Amino acid sequence: MNEILGMIFIVIGLAFDFLGCLGLIRLPDLYNRLQASTKSVTLGTCGILFGLFLFKGFTAAGLKAILCILFILLTAPVSAHALARGAHKSGVKLWGKSVCDKYDEDKNALSKTT
Amino acid sequence: MRKSQIILFLLAFLVWSFLTWPLDLQHLIVGIFICGFVSFVTGDMFIKRPHMFKHISRYLWFLYYIPLLIRECIKANIDVAYRVIHPDLPINPGIVKVKTTLKSDTALTFLANSITLTPGTMSVDIDEENGFLYIHWIEVKDKDIQKATEIIVKIFEDVLRRIFE
Repeated sequence: MNEILGMIFIVIGLAFDFLGCLGLIRLPDLYNRLQASTKSVTLGTCGILFGLFLFKGFTAAGLKAILCILFILLTAPVSAHALARGAHKSGVKLWGKSVCDKYDEDKNALSKTT
Repeated sequence: MRKSQIILFLLAFLVWSFLTWPLDLQHLIVGIFICGFVSFVTGDMFIKRPHMFKHISRYLWFLYYIPLLIRECIKANIDVAYRVIHPDLPINPGIVKVKTTLKSDTALTFLANSITLTPGTMSVDIDEENGFLYIHWIEVKDKDIQKATEIIVKIFEDVLRRIFE
């Protein structure tokens, strides 16, 4: 029973990982690509690791998988945040059809006053 | 030993025993020495307000926060999957500004992480002094600060205030 459930989780995780990679190719600019890759890859990889935990149970490998889930949940959003901020600071433009960029406006206002 | 160092020691020892799971004496003794050294050196940096670990209601709210995060995360993935598969790419991106009333570092970190994992939003930068977050939104529904705040931040803000403030 546990093996069937683990297999289902691994397949779902792989599907989300695949969609994340597809988004990385299809979406137009860096920020949208980061969105797709961060969200899908976080849940996809967590799904694969949870499937592994169901396979192995409370053994050495299973508990390491749980630890990996915790670390991925903590670190993946932080790395995406760092990449997006660094890209914006070094002048990577948003996609041409973007609606608004409040961050850019605020940065310009700040540099004018000082 | 101070209180913050003892708490960090317990946390580090828990992680250590997960890493070396089939518990045996050798690993435990090495773990006690390593965790003791690490918590002695970095205890004050890691935990600044040790009195907060005594409140039981914070743990209960944290238990409520986990399923909320998982639900939002799954919703976000289905949302992204729909946008990626759709032939016309239905996106409408932009960077909006939202306001938060949270103050402490831990709460802001968790808020930014939660926002990144929820549907269509990703935190780009944070202005700690005034409490503003800059958020890249894949489908901008409202450019106004107030309304964007209501849509993006409200789900998590109350829960996180009860846990970390």
